[in-house]
Amino acid sequence: MSRSLLNLMLALVACVFISFFGENFIASKFAYYYDILISIGVNIILATSLNLVNGYTGQFSLGHAGFMAIGAYASASWSNHLDPLIFGIVAGSGNPVVTNVAMFVSTLFAGIFAAIAGFAVGVPSLRLKGDYLAIVTLGFGEIIRVAILNLDFLGASRGLSVTGTYTNLFWTYGSVVLCIYVVVSLVHSTYGRGFLTVRDDEVAAEAMGINTTKYKVVAFVVASFFAGVAGALYAHFKAFVTPEGFNFFRSVDVVVIVILGGMGSTIGVVFAAVLLTILPEALRALAHTQFVPTAYQGLLENRLILYSLLLIILMLTRPQGLFGDGAAFKKWLGRSRAD
Amino acid sequence: MAKPTWMQVCLGVLTLLSLAPQNSHAEIKIGAVTCLTGALSTFGVSSIQGAKLAVEEINASGGTLGQPIQLIVEDNGSKAGETATITRKFISQDKVVVILGDLTSSATMEGAPLAQAAKIPLLTPSATNVAITKIGNYIFRSCFIDPFTGKIMAKFALDHLQAKRAIVMTDVKQDYSVGLTEAIEHFFNQNGARISNTFSYSSGDTDFRTQLTEVRNAHPDVVFLPGYYTEVGLILLQARQLGIKCPFVGGEGWDSPSLIQVAGKAAEGNYYTDHFSAADPEPRVQNFVQIYRAKYGAIPDALAALWYDGARLLAQAVQRAGSTDPAKIRDALAATRDFDGVTGRISIDENRNASKPGVILKIESGEPKMVQQITP
Repeated sequence: MSRSLLNLMLALVACVFISFFGENFIASKFAYYYDILISIGVNIILATSLNLVNGYTGQFSLGHAGFMAIGAYASASWSNHLDPLIFGIVAGSGNPVVTNVAMFVSTLFAGIFAAIAGFAVGVPSLRLKGDYLAIVTLGFGEIIRVAILNLDFLGASRGLSVTGTYTNLFWTYGSVVLCIYVVVSLVHSTYGRGFLTVRDDEVAAEAMGINTTKYKVVAFVVASFFAGVAGALYAHFKAFVTPEGFNFFRSVDVVVIVILGGMGSTIGVVFAAVLLTILPEALRALAHTQFVPTAYQGLLENRLILYSLLLIILMLTRPQGLFGDGAAFKKWLGRSRAD
Repeated sequence: MAKPTWMQVCLGVLTLLSLAPQNSHAEIKIGAVTCLTGALSTFGVSSIQGAKLAVEEINASGGTLGQPIQLIVEDNGSKAGETATITRKFISQDKVVVILGDLTSSATMEGAPLAQAAKIPLLTPSATNVAITKIGNYIFRSCFIDPFTGKIMAKFALDHLQAKRAIVMTDVKQDYSVGLTEAIEHFFNQNGARISNTFSYSSGDTDFRTQLTEVRNAHPDVVFLPGYYTEVGLILLQARQLGIKCPFVGGEGWDSPSLIQVAGKAAEGNYYTDHFSAADPEPRVQNFVQIYRAKYGAIPDALAALWYDGARLLAQAVQRAGSTDPAKIRDALAATRDFDGVTGRISIDENRNASKPGVILKIESGEPKMVQQITP
């Protein structure tokens, strides 16, 4: 067993352990922090997977929320219609083994469904480059949203309630670990050098006999799969999905995380996902504290202004992303250890 | 000493924030969630101004159960998923007694199941989707639901306008519009009248002449237009250009100054229903309008009035419950009868929906004037 695979196994075992012993305690006593923890996990999956396309392969996709929507609605419909038939689960109750199996099946279904959609979109559109690809993916994300708005069996504009709230720390962080493992080992494999070549110099890559479109499509399909998984986790946690939740701005949120974390730096993107999920909530808490003079409380209530301001400052001071590429991070880590 | 890492900094900040001094515990905490930023912020700001005004008035006159009310306001940024997070915060961190909100139906659908599971009473002053109060026995609303709006529109057309031939123009993209159309047809059928024809359009359309030409040829007495103000303004304009003289009747979706700006003279003589009219001569309403204008410099809209009533109704329920026990507050809310609000006299029915009057407004010389109040 290779070292990275061993790490994956260890991390998954740790997830099971945490979920088994800490889940109920955190979910009941600290429901708010629990919610933030799950949101962080979902954002890490979204950003790490988008990083494979936008960061490592150098393409610019603006449609990640579209694939998330497909995953969310696919898993929600699966759970709403098929769970009662297959597992006999009524209104989200059932023994933990059965619900976990149901969660696994619906998440896998969501991922595969989103991956198929990613393939269907990727094959024709990934022949485009740069801004053109950005526009096509943006358009695709909007098509999904509008399509759902017009499909009555998916709730249309009313939104769709999800019966099973199966998402827990294990499924969220298990998926996070798996997603990071897949992206990192894919990029560091011999095969994965192809992604980097496409990013660094597409013409040269083609001249070397690399099928650039194939690499782009592979990156796109893998990213879509995990976006679908993230959508499934989201749907089974919030228990309610609406097309407006997967609009253009949701895609931009993910792109912002990737850019802030540093294109092509998995560790940076993970940190950025954590930071940008906690930040709005921390600002929320700040607005209610007594530290701030009353005169400035009004400003803090408009926390999104502060949020945007912090983004601008971060972008000005760290244009290469939080840690730049991985090498710089290792150096930084080494230095702080040496202190 | 090692240089602190990002993670340590984040954790440090979070710890500091969680240790921040909280307000004294001798307060009744009400959690209010609405959209103060994002696409729906104009509605959200009105709503919270109404709620804050109500809380200030209650606190000035001694509060509830002898304690002041603390309104904890949170913003969902008009984003999906946020209301669920905020509701969890209200329940586990702030330990609120009751929750006021959310503004829209889809946001309320996220928060309500959590409130129900935690058995914390939740009252939405403005979400009209029928499904919300079906979530559970801790979920209430203090506005009327879509079918009721349709019913009073139809009733007004039959009784007041003596309509014989009626036509409906539906915005098929809007759930709200489709719901109202069904309710109007249902009421007409029940009362021996009939809708002679239905035409459809979609939000975003700008040319309605095809449908309107057919409307003109049918010579209706009244046209129902249960849509939102953007399209309604254009429809009214084009209808008058085509020479259609009969009145149009709409719902609260018409409630926007931009409708009169777009339609201009074509808006004159048409009717719509709403939750509230600032022109209502009732002293209670005029008093509210005056105080609101003095504080915020604007005339209150329907959302400000609805949330003002919602906050007062909650405070009154806590008072009647005699304690902050959620189950007792729930029972007190369910027992609300003839609550005198600025949006009318509110009673909570057995489905935890509000039964209350709606107002009919007529657009005259560029302003909505109140015609009458219709009770269910």
